[in-house]
Amino acid sequence: MIRFEDVTVTYPQAQSPALRGVNLEISEGELALLVGRTGSGKSTLLRAINGLVPHFTGGLLEGRVTVAGRDTRTHPPRELADVVGMVPQDPMSGFVTDTVEEELAYGMEALGIAPQTMRRRVEDTLDLLGLVEIRDRPLLSLSGGQRQRTAIGSVLTTNPSVLVLDEPTSALDPGAAEEVLAAIQRLVFDLGLTVLMAEHRLERVVQYADHVVVIETDGSVVHGVPEVVLADAPVAPPVIELGRRLGLSPLPLSVRDARRETARWRNGLATSTGPTGAEAPPPSTAASPARSDAGDVVADISHLSIRYGNFVAVSDLTLQLRRGEIVALMGRNGAGKSTLLNTMVGLRKADHGKVNVGASLADPYPMEGQELLKHVGLVPQEAGDMLYAQTVEAECAAADRDAHASPGTTRALLEQFAPGIDDQTHPRDLSEGQRLSLVLAIVLTARPPALLLDEPTRGLDYPGKENFTKVLRQLAAEGHAIMLATHDVELVASTATRVVMIADGEIVADGPTAEVVTSSPMFAPQISKVMRPYPFLTVDQAIDAMAAITP
Amino acid sequence: MPNSLPRYLHPGAWWLWALGLAAAASRTTNPLLLGLILAVAAVVVAARKPDAPWSRSFSVFLKLGLVVIVIRLVFQVILGSPIGDHVLVSLPVIPLPEWMASLRLGGDITWESIIFAACDGFRLAVLLACVGAANSLASPSRLLKSMPAALYEVGVAVVVAMTFAPQLVTDLGRVRQARRLRGRTNKGVRGAAGAALPVLEGALDRAVTLAAAMDSRGYGRSGQLPIRIRRITVALVLGGLLGVCIGLYGLLSADTSAIAGAPILLVGIAASIIGMWLGGRRSIRTRYRADPWRLPEWIVCLSGIGAAVGVITAGIINPASITISVVPLLWPALPLAALIGILIGALPAIAAPPLPAPAAIRRQPGSRAGTPQERIEVSA
Repeated sequence: MIRFEDVTVTYPQAQSPALRGVNLEISEGELALLVGRTGSGKSTLLRAINGLVPHFTGGLLEGRVTVAGRDTRTHPPRELADVVGMVPQDPMSGFVTDTVEEELAYGMEALGIAPQTMRRRVEDTLDLLGLVEIRDRPLLSLSGGQRQRTAIGSVLTTNPSVLVLDEPTSALDPGAAEEVLAAIQRLVFDLGLTVLMAEHRLERVVQYADHVVVIETDGSVVHGVPEVVLADAPVAPPVIELGRRLGLSPLPLSVRDARRETARWRNGLATSTGPTGAEAPPPSTAASPARSDAGDVVADISHLSIRYGNFVAVSDLTLQLRRGEIVALMGRNGAGKSTLLNTMVGLRKADHGKVNVGASLADPYPMEGQELLKHVGLVPQEAGDMLYAQTVEAECAAADRDAHASPGTTRALLEQFAPGIDDQTHPRDLSEGQRLSLVLAIVLTARPPALLLDEPTRGLDYPGKENFTKVLRQLAAEGHAIMLATHDVELVASTATRVVMIADGEIVADGPTAEVVTSSPMFAPQISKVMRPYPFLTVDQAIDAMAAITP
Repeated sequence: MPNSLPRYLHPGAWWLWALGLAAAASRTTNPLLLGLILAVAAVVVAARKPDAPWSRSFSVFLKLGLVVIVIRLVFQVILGSPIGDHVLVSLPVIPLPEWMASLRLGGDITWESIIFAACDGFRLAVLLACVGAANSLASPSRLLKSMPAALYEVGVAVVVAMTFAPQLVTDLGRVRQARRLRGRTNKGVRGAAGAALPVLEGALDRAVTLAAAMDSRGYGRSGQLPIRIRRITVALVLGGLLGVCIGLYGLLSADTSAIAGAPILLVGIAASIIGMWLGGRRSIRTRYRADPWRLPEWIVCLSGIGAAVGVITAGIINPASITISVVPLLWPALPLAALIGILIGALPAIAAPPLPAPAAIRRQPGSRAGTPQERIEVSA
């Protein structure tokens, strides 16, 4: 269906090709998963399928890409619209109209499909993707999962045989991600669609894939069945990591596979510690530094309520943050996580209750300029919003000046978080991980005792996350109190000391990571699902425990 | 008709109806007739206004109308020359230099001039109210959808702009927050300039992404007309529309005669029709759920035209009956033809099909689950 023949793509002014000698064939009805580190050329490969590379982006494409027999050399993207459905990374940015139903019809209108057919296909697609309830809602009012499904629907109506998705679940909470993945799976199984999708969150999707395409950092490609390719891919979800470390073959791809194959280890654990698991060894403290009730309180929220009109975003919430803690704030999209963080840095005024931050526990709302940063710092969801300068060097210098810190402070922090960034790089050209490090360095220049992060790992790959985890642990050890709002259960499992789960603006659970996370099916990390009833959260913990016994 | 099924009326019909009422209002300064037209517009809006953000604009236009009346009165008081001799108050005359002799500042303010200015301002206010009525009755995006194929590109540009504007506002808020998080202030010129650059960059990025998405979805397939024909099309359509505007002005303005307006109007209409036919000829685009044009649409737009015809007829029968007479100051007349015409204009309040219930209410009686929460998500 999709065929790449010796394809090399070089962008103008680039030193090395983005894709190098790619030979790839994806046959009809396959679900192929594209993995690779950030900046490795995933988007380039996806966009080459419908001719956006090079027709839209410029650059030189050598070799040949054919989709359903059409050569992208002679077919610009619009001539492939009836064969390839392309869902961009941020669905909102690709919407042309303003309501769900009109968005579904837009592509068909452009192709000149007869009104009766259009009507029927829109109704079919609404049913297929479960969009009937929201058919006449404005696109701006949709939740993340609904937007993603609408975006998929809007390219499905033209009846393409290939669906290309760029990180469809990276911005979604676990529930919404499952909703979208279920829809994609139905398209593959019921309609025989060929699907190629790029995704960082392998743990969510790898078990559905028939075929995995790995892009190496030099732009070359390895592909094959997941069990084989992932045995030594640079990125791997925890289940596969566990399988690799235990030397399992074939590699387990899903929690179900892993549970079956590790049964003998769990039985071994049972005989050595008793059958109930009640006396199971406590999770090793490598991931959870000493319980830090002793640290000073640097953020004190008591009976906080915030409302938007009639909607209560945060309701009667009481929470304390101590030095040395890494607190994960979890919950659905719209549960009030961002509102809480914004209130803690005084972007919003508390309607009821009190918010006090910093070593002196002061109200952040009236604070101006640098005074705020001496009490509390927040890395927002769109970290790039905080960068204005033309080079990394200028950005760091500006942060030093703002914070009245000695010159070089920010740069030294950055070097510590992400070594080896060229001073003259434009902040926009940094990788996601480097950009996050830069913003983190800027925020930390003023040494705020409380550090808040909103969805920090959205664009990070596994190695990037690992590095980020190290940085957070180090900061906590230095005496910062850290709170991060995130959907990433694996990150929480490996980093957080404490988890606060909120729903409808209220705290529904607050306790040590192992306790809170393992009790929730939606937010449990893969390893805890595999090792149930033993409360292990990370591969390291599980391996350490299993090393002691022989199955 | 009262028994027609609930649906949204074609937006074009609402605009034609509103233009009819506006035409009627523009011909008269008779406050009784103007008040009647305003009442008719208000009644129809009250009866057939959908529950959408854009339908709240009627009251905005009414307030704008009040402002217009006040401005007109202020100008009359400061600059107007006195009419009649019922002096209300005498202001000191400010002497002006020789070369401004035609102007006059201050002096006697007469009842007559105040009433004349008020009626004149009222006419403008009613015109605004007519536009506001159309605005709140017809969805702007549905109107754009009904544009002829030749104007499709213009329509797309407007739709994209309409979705970009709220996005820009959200971006601006986000960037200002980010500045605060860096410990910078948002006040003053430097603050504003610092926020503008990231917002513009974001907008540009989005524009490029949107263009890629539109290309991927088949936009531009229809644009296979030779560039020359496309240009001729645009020239014909825009020129034609301009002609229509000038022609209408000629017809409606009380100062020029109808003979001057009619030919320009006809030529304009012809040019637009040829242009649209030429442009739409090779377009392969089709339209999803195009709004039908049925009997109710005819009734609505004819009722608007009825109002215009009524007032114009009354003006032909007795020109004095549709203007306010200030010298001598007389109670305005109520000409029968105009009265009947304007009342016909109220017909849509019952003739237009009733509104369909919004989807959320249709399925879950009494509750609109989730809306406030999603509003937060947008702003978050």
